[in-house]
Amino acid sequence: MVEFVSSVKYPFFYSTRFCKLQLEVIVKALKWLQMNMDLDEIDMDTIEVSNLNRQFLFRQSHVGQSKAKVARDAVLRFRPQISITPYHANVKDPDFNVDFFKQFNVILNGLDNLDTRRHVNRLCLAAGVPLVESGTTGFLGQVTVHIKGQTECYECQPKPAPKTYPVCTITSTPSKLFGDKNQDNDLNVRSNDTASSSSDHSEDVFERKKDEEIEQYGKRIFNHVFGHNIESALSNKETWKNRNKPRPIYVKDVFSDETFQQNGNVDKKAETDNNNNNLSNVSAMTYIGLMNPQEIWSLLESSREVGNLSFDKDDHLAVEFVTVAANIRAASFGIPLHSLFEAKGIAGNIVHAVATTNAIIAGLIVIEAIKVLRNDAKNCRMTYCLEHPARKMLLMPVEPFEPNKSCYVCSETPLLLEVNTQRAKLRDVVEKVVTSKLGMNLPLITHGSSLLYEVGDDLDQDMVANYEANLEKVLSELPYAITGGTVITVEDLQQELVCNINIKHRFVFYFYEEGIYVFFTYMKPVSPIFDGTIAASKSVIVNCFPCFFVL
Amino acid sequence: MNGEELTEQETALYDRQIRVWGVDAQRRLSKSHIFVSGLKGTAVEFCKNIVLAGVGSLTLNDDNPVTEEALAANFLIPFDENMGGGGSIAELCCDSLKDFNPMVHVSVEKGDLSSFDVDFFEKFDVVVISCCLLAAKKSVNEKCRKLSKRVAFYSVDCRYSCGEIFVDLHKYSYMKKKADETVECQLQYPSFEEAIAIPWRSLPKRVSKLYFAMRVVERFEEVERRKPGETSVDDLTNVLKLRNELCLAHSLNESQIPDSLLERLVVSPKEFPPVSAVLGGILGQEVIKAISGKGDPLKNFFFFDAVDGKGVIEDISTP
Repeated sequence: MVEFVSSVKYPFFYSTRFCKLQLEVIVKALKWLQMNMDLDEIDMDTIEVSNLNRQFLFRQSHVGQSKAKVARDAVLRFRPQISITPYHANVKDPDFNVDFFKQFNVILNGLDNLDTRRHVNRLCLAAGVPLVESGTTGFLGQVTVHIKGQTECYECQPKPAPKTYPVCTITSTPSKLFGDKNQDNDLNVRSNDTASSSSDHSEDVFERKKDEEIEQYGKRIFNHVFGHNIESALSNKETWKNRNKPRPIYVKDVFSDETFQQNGNVDKKAETDNNNNNLSNVSAMTYIGLMNPQEIWSLLESSREVGNLSFDKDDHLAVEFVTVAANIRAASFGIPLHSLFEAKGIAGNIVHAVATTNAIIAGLIVIEAIKVLRNDAKNCRMTYCLEHPARKMLLMPVEPFEPNKSCYVCSETPLLLEVNTQRAKLRDVVEKVVTSKLGMNLPLITHGSSLLYEVGDDLDQDMVANYEANLEKVLSELPYAITGGTVITVEDLQQELVCNINIKHRFVFYFYEEGIYVFFTYMKPVSPIFDGTIAASKSVIVNCFPCFFVL
Repeated sequence: MNGEELTEQETALYDRQIRVWGVDAQRRLSKSHIFVSGLKGTAVEFCKNIVLAGVGSLTLNDDNPVTEEALAANFLIPFDENMGGGGSIAELCCDSLKDFNPMVHVSVEKGDLSSFDVDFFEKFDVVVISCCLLAAKKSVNEKCRKLSKRVAFYSVDCRYSCGEIFVDLHKYSYMKKKADETVECQLQYPSFEEAIAIPWRSLPKRVSKLYFAMRVVERFEEVERRKPGETSVDDLTNVLKLRNELCLAHSLNESQIPDSLLERLVVSPKEFPPVSAVLGGILGQEVIKAISGKGDPLKNFFFFDAVDGKGVIEDISTP
């Protein structure tokens, strides 16, 4: 029953979630089974306060330090004889190549994003090492085992794309504070606002003008976003025939000049009140909205930063700003407001997490890992942790499926790409298809024997310039033209993944349909489906990327 | 939400879990008092979970001295604090747990479990016992039920790759969301003694075999006056014999309690860490549900077997 296995080596890929539990459980389990082992752990994150409710190898005093290193130290305190090598790095780094993975008997993942999971999946397939994958959200969780040739790989079943919330209140016809599943609008405020006032055509209205006072800048932006834009939207009567008209809000409506001088006296209650939709509530928030640029300025001592900061969920000021901006817009359109807590969760894409589910999943991961290590892989299974029992079960085991024969990752199935080869550029294919849809990190694109594009550190200047030029060319105008009937090969050398893509030229595209993204062409649309109102209610208008992707 | 808000520190620390169960539940947790006796791997996992969740207080009871075996299974005891230190398991665990969450009040209660009277248990909202014999389990459960205040009673045991959790919430009412409305649900739980007294033949056909197997081993340890978890391969023959006797008495087919299952429980009775983690997690969730009043509580047994991977709920009560 108990086997002695020497120098068993397996790495853990840590996420912001439960891997610390894995480490502790695994160490105990293997000690119990009297197995010697070496552990390698990779985690690029540093410790945050919000981790401490479940990542118990960390303490308050560790906040800001590397997770990989602190975890290692914590474990060594109760198991000093173990060899653990921490890497404070991103597992996507080229250092963690197939040879690195080949050192291990099993890989345990505790990642929190799809991209990296796919990347690791491919490396495990290339290295021929079994992978134990897992995930948790709130009370739900699962553990799956992937063994090349024996079971499905992680990508055999398409995984739902991560939920992104389009900033719906910034679109012209919002119905919810934070978006609708079927709408896929650009997050950038500029491109969606139908700014039709002629003075804004030649310059970017969001750019701060030369020598413009901060307050003036803030007021101008405010009036533009919450005032003028609404007015111009209102001018299109058709849009509002069946919808509630929004109310433009200008600085002068809610704010007298004197209150400007008060800096940062925020009435917290006003922020978090989510039922009150009256003007006085809005004014408290506009007050905050306007004061922010000034506060940022005084904090950073650099006025250049104003108007140019990016959102970070751990930056309280940024969270307040986003909440307020969204709520002002919501008030304008009569949509229910959201609290700071709620907005932070949505805008910051926060995954709710508890220690108990993580503990259960960690235990299950180890149980599967041990089967692999004992060469008992045929007994590996998938296990689902449910919130409500199904057929009396809270923990449900499922037999793993065989590899999917049409999986392009583990079964080398060729793909079909329908695209307007006369309009789409190589850049579009690289960005929208190869890196995002196909999940390749460092892609290489060839047509026959000619290399159209690659990424790498060791490329010489001429080649880089050549690739840059290629990116801007339309497919049919590339040196080795890509047209209907062409087969191109895209590969990622690090992931050791090769895909052959058959190109089909397509002229016109239609609606968004379930599971398939359809985009509009650059050509002048003639069909009524392209009209703003009908399209908005039924289909998706993404930007004009003419590509239709089919697997 | 007035009067007793969560502190800023609590909100920051508990952010991720508040998003799961809400501020109200978090507040109730912070006012709850838990008692745990029998600190082997599974109970320790459970303690870790509820301390991280932010309960009000946790009282530990285990006077056993620290042994090599305890160190192997107990991650709360740092390695350099070896047996020479002289503390009990409870004392060492207490120090580590305080470290996990300084906002939870963790303390030790010395003494044998059987020496605590009814009034002792009134201090607590939840009582969890692990690794104790049948008599002690029944006795503590009864004491909890004698109190006018509801004291939730749980027992958890892990033997190698199997585990059992028992839940007794007496009369429990809670709000449940059904479609668009919230309905009040009432559950009536039997005591441990009442549950195991139900004739085996009257139980539903597909009841987990682990239920019966655990009863056999439990009875064996009681009759042979063993310490909990103190069995070995030498006992197998006698355990199988006992199984046959019990099956006869209950008119149950022996095949309902397979040899192989009993063998696993008897030959390697020690707790297997990953199974402890699973059980400690499930138990943690149940206790959090009971304290917060949110979520369907488990009624009334939970079984896990790593060999088939199933985590099953069995309702062993008179209808």
